[in-house]
Amino acid sequence: MANSSPSTGRFAQVALGLALVAALAAVPLVAPRAVTQDLFGILTLLVLAMNWNMLAGFAGLVSVGQQAFVGIGAYFMFAAVILWGMDPLVGVLIGGLAAMVFAVPMAFFAFRLHGAYFAIGTWVVADIARLLAGQWKALGGGTGTSLPKGTTKDMFGVQWVKDVLDVSSAAAADAVTYWLALVMAVAMLVASYVFLRSRMGLGLQAIRDNMQAARSVGVDPTRLKAAVFLLTAFGTGLCGALIFIQITRVTPDAAFSVLDWTAFVIFVVVIGGIGTLPGPIVGVIVFYILQRLLADYGTVYLIVLGLIGIAIMLFARRGLWGLFTDRTGIDPFPLRHRPPAAPKS
Amino acid sequence: MTALLDIAGLTANYGDFQALFGVDLMLNAGETVAIIGANGAGKTTLMRGITGIVRGRGKMELDGTSIASLSAPEVLMAGIAMVPEGRKLFPSLTVEENLLIGAHARKVAGPWNLNAIYDLFPILKERRNSPGTALSGGQQQMVAIGRALMSNPRVLLCDEISLGLAPVIIRDIYAAVPKIKASGASMIVVEQDIGQALKIADRVYCMMEGRVTLTGTPATLSRQAIHDAYFGVSA
Amino acid sequence: MIWLDTLVQGILLGGLYALFAAGLSLVFGIMRLVNLAHGDLIVLGAYLILGVMHVTGLHPFVAVLIAAPVMFGLGWLLQTHVLNRVLGDDILPPLLVTFGLSVVIQNGLLESFSANSQKLTAGAIEAQSVQLGPISMGVMPLLTLASAVGVIFLLNQLFYRTALGRAFRATSDDATTAQLMGISPSRVFAMATGIALVVATVAAMYLGTRANFDPSIGPARLLYAFEAVIIGGLGSLWGTLAGGIVIGVAQALGAAVNPEWQILSGHIAFVLVLLLRPRGLFPRAND
Repeated sequence: MANSSPSTGRFAQVALGLALVAALAAVPLVAPRAVTQDLFGILTLLVLAMNWNMLAGFAGLVSVGQQAFVGIGAYFMFAAVILWGMDPLVGVLIGGLAAMVFAVPMAFFAFRLHGAYFAIGTWVVADIARLLAGQWKALGGGTGTSLPKGTTKDMFGVQWVKDVLDVSSAAAADAVTYWLALVMAVAMLVASYVFLRSRMGLGLQAIRDNMQAARSVGVDPTRLKAAVFLLTAFGTGLCGALIFIQITRVTPDAAFSVLDWTAFVIFVVVIGGIGTLPGPIVGVIVFYILQRLLADYGTVYLIVLGLIGIAIMLFARRGLWGLFTDRTGIDPFPLRHRPPAAPKS
Repeated sequence: MTALLDIAGLTANYGDFQALFGVDLMLNAGETVAIIGANGAGKTTLMRGITGIVRGRGKMELDGTSIASLSAPEVLMAGIAMVPEGRKLFPSLTVEENLLIGAHARKVAGPWNLNAIYDLFPILKERRNSPGTALSGGQQQMVAIGRALMSNPRVLLCDEISLGLAPVIIRDIYAAVPKIKASGASMIVVEQDIGQALKIADRVYCMMEGRVTLTGTPATLSRQAIHDAYFGVSA
Repeated sequence: MIWLDTLVQGILLGGLYALFAAGLSLVFGIMRLVNLAHGDLIVLGAYLILGVMHVTGLHPFVAVLIAAPVMFGLGWLLQTHVLNRVLGDDILPPLLVTFGLSVVIQNGLLESFSANSQKLTAGAIEAQSVQLGPISMGVMPLLTLASAVGVIFLLNQLFYRTALGRAFRATSDDATTAQLMGISPSRVFAMATGIALVVATVAAMYLGTRANFDPSIGPARLLYAFEAVIIGGLGSLWGTLAGGIVIGVAQALGAAVNPEWQILSGHIAFVLVLLLRPRGLFPRAND
């Protein structure tokens, strides 16, 4: 390539990225609350999308049951606050851990199924989780429950933000959850990048492309896939719990909604470019624009989204990002670089 | 007189790999042509190109009509049937069903029907209700040949029908070839077994590295010429 | 005795689930395709029957005869223009396309017919029942089960006794070699999906006469159908009937204990069967 030296290019990318993150971090300081809330929605959707992309796009595990982890994250965060009197942010951590714990038996079951059967198997398990949540009488059973008034006001860091910025408690709570979402998104992005370029990440992509070849170079596909399944369950659970701090009310149908927490996420990833690192980011932007444009048309919006998803799969399988890299030959995030010469065995 | 099957300048690729480089081949009505050559010479690709499984470029005409752009099912409908390499019987079908499916799409009156196949290979009648893949290799080959004949093709392509079979079984299978010829079918037989090929063929094409390197009748071709064309002439 | 009654009601319910599942099973057996929109296509069928009844004033049993060929055509077009393009080694495209289709159908129905629940009224027959000793069986549930047995019998005859069935099996075994027989896999697949949607229409009629339906109930029917197919063993049509009955009985038993546990019991039965017999009750030999 006749580019400027790779290290300069890398440096420019990192600088640009840091500037973007800094600008996003400043949003609650300068923009109205509605903007912060909107961006919170976008960032959490992005986190869910990156998790699903890692699962389906890189590990080849097409799950339609991610709503299980969002719901479990939300329910255990509520339990931590309401039943065990903890801080909501500790509840978020507990929610993420609970989702990961649930992922163990779920993996044990769903990994017996392959391909499309894995997809519906995870869906069934998520439905089981939804029905069980409806039996959790302490959290309102089928009708659900709300966070007690003032919960977010007392949340860790809110008082401090309120004093420093001189804003209402509600705005301070929005800012804290927003920053957490931003941290999650950045952490997930960096972790994905580092992981995918690591030996294990390259192994994962090798598995996706050729199971036998991966085995022959000493990657244990099942263990690696199981690890990705558990870690993305953790990430999805954390994100779900955080989302429901904002929503403040939980019901089985809302917390375990296949449409909100899995279908949208799938469309975001497919439109942006499944199996590409920037895909979810591109997808989330397109998704948001579409939502804005079609906000007044209700269900038409979902129909359009479904049709776009179908069209992408028919005509451009690697999504908008794939189209971009194919047309321009530019790929700022090359994952498929050849690893340095393999050590002689 | 035009040839029944006329192929000229046929090239074919598998992705970046070019497998055929301008192959010319003629088959006259009633004739049996053998194609010999080592592994990787392009014989099977040529068969796949004719049947439309692999998309080749060049002239391919059956009785003066171009078949170059036809899909595989359309080529069969035009009257070219193939006995594929490795026999490729359908495991979910019985012997008889494997034969019947040969005439599933192309139902043409002619010398070949279920009874004629059972006369040609009586053992198949005994095993008619067994799953196709429960048979021995030689019997499976008989089913594959019968299945192709069921469509009463104008041209029968046989790809490596002796591959992996014991000599005594190969002899049994080749014993059927004169009867098939007598029924009026024109044949192209791809064969690595040169002796067998020379015995049944009216003319022989020898291929190497995607090209035809030698043609002639069995009587005019010397062993040495075939050997050179088969393995490449040492400089 | 109440338990015997529950068991019988569960078996009858299983007939409905077997009808949901039969089309899914057929399509999977032939082209290894799992159609995530199957449940929504059943619901679409129910609305189509409703529309025919509305326009013509016909009884659902007759209206289904008009709806079925329309659904066949829809299946044919869907397979030819969409699904055939995404079949292949990569399982993602067919999954995501059918998932997108599911969302499109659901919201299309919502847009056209609103979220109000509907019902196909079949008249007096809905209330009729047959008394067998201490057990009372509704005529409609009995007809549903009988139809499931009939449909699966016919599909088996089609599969194993006709030229079309031979072409189905041959294409399923080896599509490339099938082409050498003059068989066009894309047309075979289109035929299979068309037939699957005819079966879905029959299922839709019983779904709509049995209880209320609305545009959102498709995915749950997909899950029941899927559970029945897997429990029965992939590609085995009689297994699918058995699987439907297992789910039906499990749901009826769960509901007898606590109405909230109906769906949960079905799911748990599915998980248990799969843990004990990973290949289902009647696995096909060569899979």
